[in-house]
Amino acid sequence: MPLCNRHLLGLEGMPKDDIQLILDTATTFREVLDRPIKKVPTLQGKTIVNLFFESSTRTRISFELAERRLSADVVNFSADASSVKKGETLKDTARNIEVMKIDMIVMRHTAPGAAVFLSNVTGAIIINAGDGSHEHPTQALLDMYTIREKHGRIEGLNICIVGDISHSRVALSNIFGLKTMGANVAICAPKTLIPCEVEQLGVKVFYNIDEAIRWADILNVLRIQLERQDRAFFPSLREYRQHFAVTRERLDKSKKTLTIMHPGPINRDVELSADVADSEHSVILQQVLNGVAVRMAVLYLLGTRS
Amino acid sequence: MKILLKNGRLIDPIGEIDTVTDVLIIDGIIQKISQNLSVTKEDKSIDLTGKIISPGFIDMHVHLREPGFEHKETIESGSRAAASGGFTSVCCMPNTNPVIDDPSVIKWIQQCSLKVDDGIVDVYPIAAITKGREGKELAPMMELAEAGALAFSDDGSPVENAEVMRRALEYASMIDKPIIQHAEELSMAKGGVMNEGYVSTLLGMQPIPSIAEEIMISRDLHISQYTKAQYHAAHISTAGSVELLRSAKKKNLRVSCEVTPHHFSLTDNAVRSFDTNTKMNPPLRSHEDVEAVKEGLRDGTIDVIATDHAPHSFDEKQVEFLYAPFGIVGLETAVGLAITELIHTKILTPKQLIEKFSVNPRNILHLPRINIQEGEPANLTFLDFMQEWIVDINNFQSKSKNSPFHGWKLKGKAIGIINKGKMKLFP
Repeated sequence: MPLCNRHLLGLEGMPKDDIQLILDTATTFREVLDRPIKKVPTLQGKTIVNLFFESSTRTRISFELAERRLSADVVNFSADASSVKKGETLKDTARNIEVMKIDMIVMRHTAPGAAVFLSNVTGAIIINAGDGSHEHPTQALLDMYTIREKHGRIEGLNICIVGDISHSRVALSNIFGLKTMGANVAICAPKTLIPCEVEQLGVKVFYNIDEAIRWADILNVLRIQLERQDRAFFPSLREYRQHFAVTRERLDKSKKTLTIMHPGPINRDVELSADVADSEHSVILQQVLNGVAVRMAVLYLLGTRS
Repeated sequence: MKILLKNGRLIDPIGEIDTVTDVLIIDGIIQKISQNLSVTKEDKSIDLTGKIISPGFIDMHVHLREPGFEHKETIESGSRAAASGGFTSVCCMPNTNPVIDDPSVIKWIQQCSLKVDDGIVDVYPIAAITKGREGKELAPMMELAEAGALAFSDDGSPVENAEVMRRALEYASMIDKPIIQHAEELSMAKGGVMNEGYVSTLLGMQPIPSIAEEIMISRDLHISQYTKAQYHAAHISTAGSVELLRSAKKKNLRVSCEVTPHHFSLTDNAVRSFDTNTKMNPPLRSHEDVEAVKEGLRDGTIDVIATDHAPHSFDEKQVEFLYAPFGIVGLETAVGLAITELIHTKILTPKQLIEKFSVNPRNILHLPRINIQEGEPANLTFLDFMQEWIVDINNFQSKSKNSPFHGWKLKGKAIGIINKGKMKLFP
């Protein structure tokens, strides 16, 4: 059974079967990553362009590794060295790349909906690698993969996303995906960093990190962006740390052992204390490794879908 | 030239007329209003059976883009779009380049407009409140009014500074001209691209809260009350704004307001398509706001339907939603949308619709009344409430096609205008 859609633009509305298929396929590729020769010929002859309009280390490397391990031809494009600086539109940039006979575009962009726009103006298969504060579907898929790997299931688990929800593409994709897979989802943040009418997405809201810890089986901690202080979203990093940071002392008060996740990059000792980040309950590095397998699965399923 | 309008339903809210009759027009002057009139074969006789004859419509909120942005629209293309949409008059906003803050620009616009189809569409410039629309120093309002400015607005930008707003209202009241405010509290709205609500959360878009509009209107109403000056709120879009205007009118303040067709026809749910033709300022609002706007139209709180016709070229809108300019064209869909959404749903009576498209805006702008009487000049719009048609942007007279209504099936249409002895029919 192929995926419903020829692009991966987001997890909103993606059927459970499709998510399941991606996660199951990722299991196969995860095993490939443990082999001495970590390469399969699946996408040989396919050309993939990584179109990154925003700086990203982890996601870009993860995609590139996934593409190369599937034997695809890879071209990297970053905004700094591009015609974008000369005022070219996204549509023109994309069409110029497309005319050189490429098959897929993986795009990271600042504008919400940019991936949808790209899919409307080009014929290539589009994978959204993050569009502003809208969606980051492969991140949520690798988060779900990691949860399933650690807990054996997703359904019925209590997962709390902690941090800047308003400006996070990771939060939104996680909420969509986790709800579809039957998890209970909560968010925890200062009220100023929670978007309007978020409860309509079917999530629980905590303003108190200790309550969130008591409720949760898993904490997915988001990076707090220092520049948010500018528009009065929160008073200071010190205040944030004191009231919302996930620390050893706070976790020790819980009877459960919580799994700690973070999409990176971490502000050590701001949103997450260093000892927690490096503890045995942290799956942060597994997330990164699983990211390659999940992206291989997505690329494979979309690239070979007839 | 003789023109005979046969069997039309003449609705004139001023003369309190609603009757089926013939109207004979000779050289632009109404000669006779009576039944069973006839003309010779050489003269024009137009059968308006089942159609409506109304005083000419005016759109008091249009961006003609000339001078400065002729790739989007010109006085010529915009006037033709107005005529095809059923308007005999438009007011053009001053966010041109150069800005309409100098009498020479007004004179130039007037001269240009007279050359378009013999000036069948009256183009009335609205001048800037402040020099360069910068919100700092007052533009020369008296000089601008003498040149022909009907009102003042920094449209596109609000007058942020309360003191400047106070002085502008006081100064304009001296010459009895309204101040038209694009109400937006920028410290809250800046950077936002759509209405704040569930949909903005779903799309991860930076939101514009409804209170950004309401706070500014609220402030302005206080200033208007204090100065006793005439204030008009442009394109109101929220339930809160309707309520503010409603209570201000109860207090008999000299205030009025307008709504655009898109704010009663669409909700922010339309943005889920990421179609940049759903990006406008003020943004499309929630279902509750749309309902409140309709109620405001029904109970008379909202005086005017005006389009905020904002042409942008195809390429300017073919970009990421975040980077697209705000605004859509509206002249050629306004009447169709209003009849479809307000008449056939019984929110407005035909008379109320005509008041909002003709009588009320002319009153607000202190333009002469259109009297449909023998001996008066004919300034008329013809309407067909029953005609079903499909909006096709390719048929627009406007230079720009940025409409979210392409493909919409509407019931009701403006089918022609007469003004200054010229007639245009769009059957």
